Amino acid sequence: METNNPNIEPPKEIERSPSGLTILWREIVRDKLALISLIFFVATTAGVFIASLLLDLNEIVKVDLFALYERPSSEFWLGTDYGGRDIFGQLIIGTRNSLAIGLLVTLMSGTIGILIGLISGYFGGTIDNIFMRFVDFFMILPTLMIVIVFVTAVPDYSIYSFSFIMTAFLWMGIARLIRSKALQERELEYVQASKTLGSSDFKIMFTQVLPNLSSIIIVTMTLNLAANIGIESGLSFLGFGFPEDTPSLGTLISYARNPQTLELRWWIWLPASILILVLMLSINNVGQALKRATDARQRRG
Amino acid sequence: MWKLIVRRILIMIPQIFVLSLLVFIMAKAMPGDALTGLIDPNIDPAAIEAMRERLGLNNPWYVQYWDWVTRAMQGDLGQSFHFKMPVTELIGQRLVNTFWLSLATLIFTYMIAIPLGITSGRYNDTFLDRAITGYTYVGFAAPLFITALLMLFVFGFQLGWFPTGGSVSPGSAAGTWDYILSKAYHLILPAFSMAVITTVSTVQYLRSEIIDTKQKEFIITARAKGASESRVYNRHILRNSLLPIAAFFGYEITGLIGGTIFIENIFNYPGMGQLFLQSITRRDFSVMTACVLLFGIAAIIGALISDIILSLVDPRIRIK
Repeated sequence: METNNPNIEPPKEIERSPSGLTILWREIVRDKLALISLIFFVATTAGVFIASLLLDLNEIVKVDLFALYERPSSEFWLGTDYGGRDIFGQLIIGTRNSLAIGLLVTLMSGTIGILIGLISGYFGGTIDNIFMRFVDFFMILPTLMIVIVFVTAVPDYSIYSFSFIMTAFLWMGIARLIRSKALQERELEYVQASKTLGSSDFKIMFTQVLPNLSSIIIVTMTLNLAANIGIESGLSFLGFGFPEDTPSLGTLISYARNPQTLELRWWIWLPASILILVLMLSINNVGQALKRATDARQRRG
Repeated sequence: MWKLIVRRILIMIPQIFVLSLLVFIMAKAMPGDALTGLIDPNIDPAAIEAMRERLGLNNPWYVQYWDWVTRAMQGDLGQSFHFKMPVTELIGQRLVNTFWLSLATLIFTYMIAIPLGITSGRYNDTFLDRAITGYTYVGFAAPLFITALLMLFVFGFQLGWFPTGGSVSPGSAAGTWDYILSKAYHLILPAFSMAVITTVSTVQYLRSEIIDTKQKEFIITARAKGASESRVYNRHILRNSLLPIAAFFGYEITGLIGGTIFIENIFNYPGMGQLFLQSITRRDFSVMTACVLLFGIAAIIGALISDIILSLVDPRIRIK
């Protein structure tokens, strides 16, 4: 008998079905573009944060009247701006500030959005109705305008008030998404079972439902990060973002609002523009790969 | 049907009310009020106080709010202290420009989205589809203001194909043929720059919609009865895939509002978006509140239009 079936091997241990995070990671590794994007993003982030520790901030923002609008050279790698300040140094600091605020706003708006979405979806009914009417109203507001108005209205404007204002108007999308997922999740049997066992609502929501939403949360947070960096640099570009003493990528691009700078001094605004573009593309690439991973039909790996 | 529309309009009223309250409170929170810009600082404080009393600035906020709302309903949005003219008149001039800009953008958006979406959906997974999907990928990530700057830099300054600012070339008299041509010429680049980005989601949506419809049973039936390939696409698939796109028309308005603020500033186009930013930097608050209120109402009405079209197109929504 045994000789007839040489191919049959002793039964292996049953493979565990991969966890959500493993699937996400596997999808990124399979998608070469996403992997390169991820490496690029991590390298830029690390590089920028380390470089800004080494660079002397005072040296960068010092006005040098003998070096106004210098072209790129070996002394100033990317030339200088209207105050003779080194563009390359400003680019590093600007990228660091843009990334930091992007991360901060994404985390804050994510936390609020997840909390409200989870509560509203898990309890449903009246609570859900109240929260969602509120969200509906915020969603149709012309957000950009209202943020600009708030930025001008707030006294003692600082980076913190700026990130709070941004957060206040950016949590609605994620709240709505989490709510719709939580609505589906609460009908599932494990939630019913847990309720029967006498777990509190709080415990079910945060220790049982929330982990099941983790991959979708990671996906939206990644995509939101790209969007938030875009919004921040857009606001800084219009002059309603970072306070003036803190350069961001948008601040550098905003010099291009002067037609002469736009036409003749490309080294001031073009590098920052390209950097934002590449950063947002790479974050989006990672986000899209993660998004595919959460949908089993579209997975590559 | 009518029930839904009436209900939808009823929801709109509290929305507009909350919006106006929000705008009013924001305006109050700003430093200075309607009088600060109007008067000479050397006037006797007692006279200022008398004037404040006369203008109702000493009343409690809800009385002031009510005055403001009733006047706004009658078309009186106050006085711009920078331009020294009624806000209604000022906005009237700018609104026309923004209207044309938005219209041109919408036309470009659909002109790009429909052919690209159809090609991409019909020949999916070919080289052409990959190219179009690649474009939507980049367009989705690229911020509008950077795209607009690059367009202005390349087509306006380097190649010199389009004017780099303004809404009409100076010296042309209103009403002549030249004037209309010049206006259209000034519109092309800003509208196209905005459309290149706003169209992306429509292309993606149309593509997936067509790919979905392609596999439905009525398409197999149409093929089985011998309908030609072009007939299948133009009559059966397209009709079913385009309707949802039409419904997004209203939501596009919300996107356009954010877009015009950037575009009008980059292209120095005298419209509402530019007026809004100028009014903020000049602390011209009566103009600013009017801009926010009007744009907010436009967005609310846009959402209303979309919901109504959607309910016409998709009967399942009506039942709810």
